[in-house]
Amino acid sequence: MEENKIGFKVVIVGGSAGSLEVLMKVLPQLTLMSKFALVFVLHRKSAEDSTLEELIAMKTVIPVKQVEDKTPLLPGFIYVAPSDYHLLFETHHQLSLDTSEKVNYSRPSIDVSFESAAEVYGPQLTGILLSGANSDGTNGLKVIKQQGGTVVIQDPATAEMPFMPRTALENVTPDFVLGVEELLQFINNIK
Amino acid sequence: MVNDRQLEVLINDVYEYHGFDFGGYSRASLKRRVDRLIQLDGFPDFAVFLSKVRSDAAYFKHMVEEITVNVTEMFRDPHFYKILREEILPILATKPFIRFWHAGCATGEEVYSMAILLKEANLLHKSLLYATDINPLVLDTAKKGIFQLRMIKSYSENYMAMGGKNDFSQYYTANYGLAKFSEDLSEKMVFSLHNLVSDGSFNEFDIILCRNVLIYFDKDLQERALQLFDDSLSKLGYLALGTKETIKFSSMQDRYEQIHKEKIWKKIK
Repeated sequence: MEENKIGFKVVIVGGSAGSLEVLMKVLPQLTLMSKFALVFVLHRKSAEDSTLEELIAMKTVIPVKQVEDKTPLLPGFIYVAPSDYHLLFETHHQLSLDTSEKVNYSRPSIDVSFESAAEVYGPQLTGILLSGANSDGTNGLKVIKQQGGTVVIQDPATAEMPFMPRTALENVTPDFVLGVEELLQFINNIK
Repeated sequence: MVNDRQLEVLINDVYEYHGFDFGGYSRASLKRRVDRLIQLDGFPDFAVFLSKVRSDAAYFKHMVEEITVNVTEMFRDPHFYKILREEILPILATKPFIRFWHAGCATGEEVYSMAILLKEANLLHKSLLYATDINPLVLDTAKKGIFQLRMIKSYSENYMAMGGKNDFSQYYTANYGLAKFSEDLSEKMVFSLHNLVSDGSFNEFDIILCRNVLIYFDKDLQERALQLFDDSLSKLGYLALGTKETIKFSSMQDRYEQIHKEKIWKKIK
């Protein structure tokens, strides 16, 4: 029922220190997908630039859409949360931005995007939390779980900065704990 | 957390009881602000909060102040100020008198940034900076020109990044953890309440700055606000928006020309 109403799945990858290395390994091997939208919420320096978007676009065959206010969210594309804004999800597949206070010392905050998307996409949402040295993402994963979504956490043993995935593991029961290779398989197998 | 239905009830009741219309606000952000407020003020549940909002005018005022996002900084996006300084101000400088409107100015950091630019370009004496917001509390702060001293380091870095040549500390005096900006800067500022949802045009301007305000509005309300800006801009005037905002989908876009790839548009018709 939800599936018909929503139409497509959303996968959000949240990460901080050490997560870019994971993406650089995973991105070149991702296959084109038509069933879901892939959203990256990464802690980044608060300068206004598009280096991260360009770096990601260079590494993957999946097209990267520039995120602006009220950008439509479509399956088959990658979206990257812009620096210095929180990325929120509106109903009717629209992204919106917010400059309110930092959360977990971060803007964009992973919790903010996870929570916002969980309310709109419920069981159609997958949240993936990668390496990081901060506790962002844990509360958001809890909400994803409550709303029936899928929770994936990077195996802390494979994370350059294990603090973020470990904190999440201590507070949320994940559906999957995955190493980098497995993570790639997982994303490529989302139907 | 507040659910979609409760949020709509709140919007309706606020309009019915207080005549204040949040109907055009983006729901995702509004919902977060309401959740935050309910938590901050320690309400046991939504019903108690709603009843307080309905019946207590002072609390309602507090709600409006807290629900609008007032986060701002000096010289946010230094590159934007660099373009203003190098490309826009030299054109405006040819006018005998320059009128600015900072719409949704919050605590005024951007207005003071502009005054610094104008002072350095020797244009402040012939400028008038109107700064408006719907929140009277933030306007009081803006009028005083007093900001947190702990923020000054990053403001000073922004100032240098946009090409500022002076010693930034000459513009304020520091005391007890606060930085008070010089009254030379605020001399040409006029602060007043204005609601982009319901109020109309009140003057004609050479440049309107409304950065990171439209992101809180849905498309219809954005269109209304843009129309209001269009009505308030002189011919060949400029409209400046936030780095992720656009007039691209608006009906007025064909009468405006974008300056390079910046979020600055010139009214050409």
